[in-house]
Amino acid sequence: MDSVRYDAERRGHVPIALKILIAGGFGAGKTTLVSALSEVRPLQTEEILTGAGVETDDLSGVETKSTTTVAMDFGRITINDDLQLYLFGTPGQDRFWFLWDELAFGALGAVVLADTRRLADCFPSIDYFEQRGIPFVVGVNCFDGSRRFSLDSVRRALDLDPEVPMVLCDARDRQSGKTVLISLVEHVARQRGEPVSAI
Amino acid sequence: MRTELPGHQHEWLDDDAGPVVRPYTLTGGRVWPDGNGFDLVAYVLARPDPDLAAYPELHPEHRLLVELAGRGTPLVELAADLDLAVGVVRVLLGDLLSRGLVSVHQPPRATYLPDNDILKAVVDGLRAL
Repeated sequence: MDSVRYDAERRGHVPIALKILIAGGFGAGKTTLVSALSEVRPLQTEEILTGAGVETDDLSGVETKSTTTVAMDFGRITINDDLQLYLFGTPGQDRFWFLWDELAFGALGAVVLADTRRLADCFPSIDYFEQRGIPFVVGVNCFDGSRRFSLDSVRRALDLDPEVPMVLCDARDRQSGKTVLISLVEHVARQRGEPVSAI
Repeated sequence: MRTELPGHQHEWLDDDAGPVVRPYTLTGGRVWPDGNGFDLVAYVLARPDPDLAAYPELHPEHRLLVELAGRGTPLVELAADLDLAVGVVRVLLGDLLSRGLVSVHQPPRATYLPDNDILKAVVDGLRAL
C-alpha cells in the first residue's frame, strides 16, 4: 500500500523545527507579524496557568481545581521537507513570564517589536533576552501616523548593544517581516562566528 | 495540603487571562505526562496501523491524536488542531507513548544549536519565499 510505504519512508525522518519568538509590548504588532509571515492561518493554542502539580506529585484534588489558560498565537513557515520555522507570539504581560521560559527553551532567537509611540513597553522583552543570552533583533514597527524616529535615536533610547540589529518594518507586510527574520538568522550566525554569506 | 481559600486566590483571574476552565478533567486529574517535558515542537509520529480497539480505556481525544499524528506533527499543532491546551495534550501523549501507539521525538540538538548549513538554508529559504 502506498500509504504504508510512505509512512515507512518517513519513519526515522524527523524534520527540524526551529522556534522563533515574536515579542514586544501589548499592541506592538506581534500577532499581526505572525499572521503576515505564517503560511497557514495563525494557529492558536492555550497553555494552562496553574501551579497545580508543581509542588507535589500528589494529584488528589487536582481534578477539581479550576484555573485559566493563556492563549498562544503561532505560525509556521516551511523552508523545505527537513526544516520548518515556528513563530510564537509571546504573551504581552509580565505575569506570564513562566510561559516565556517554555517558549524560549531551545529557541533560535527572538524578534522584539518596538512601537515608537510606546518604546518603554518593549524594555521587559529586551531585558529578558539579554539576561538569558538569547539572540534577538529589534523590529521598529512603523505604524500609520506614528512619528518616525531615526533608528539611531531609538537605539539610544533602548540602550541597545551596538551589535543588536535594528530593522524598520511593517508588521502587516510579509516581505518586511521576512527581512526582519533574515536579519535575526544572520545575527545568530554572526554570534556563532560563522557569518551567513550575504548572497 | 492546600490551604487556598476561595476569594483570595489567583490574582491573574481577569479579562486578560482566559476563561476559568477545568482543563485536566480529560486527563483524570493528571497534570504530568508519563514522558514529561515534551517540547512545544516535539515531533509526534503515530505507529502505522495502530490497533486502537485493543485500548478501550482511551478517550476519543486519544484516538484523534493518533489519527492526527499519522503523518508526523509537532505537539503544538496537535494541540491547536484538537483545540486542547498544550498541557493536556502532553498528558494524553504520555498515555499513547506508554502504550507504544506514538513515538515522540524531542527536538534534536541541532535545533538548539543549528550549524551554519541550517542557518544558511533558513536565510535562503526565507529569501525565496
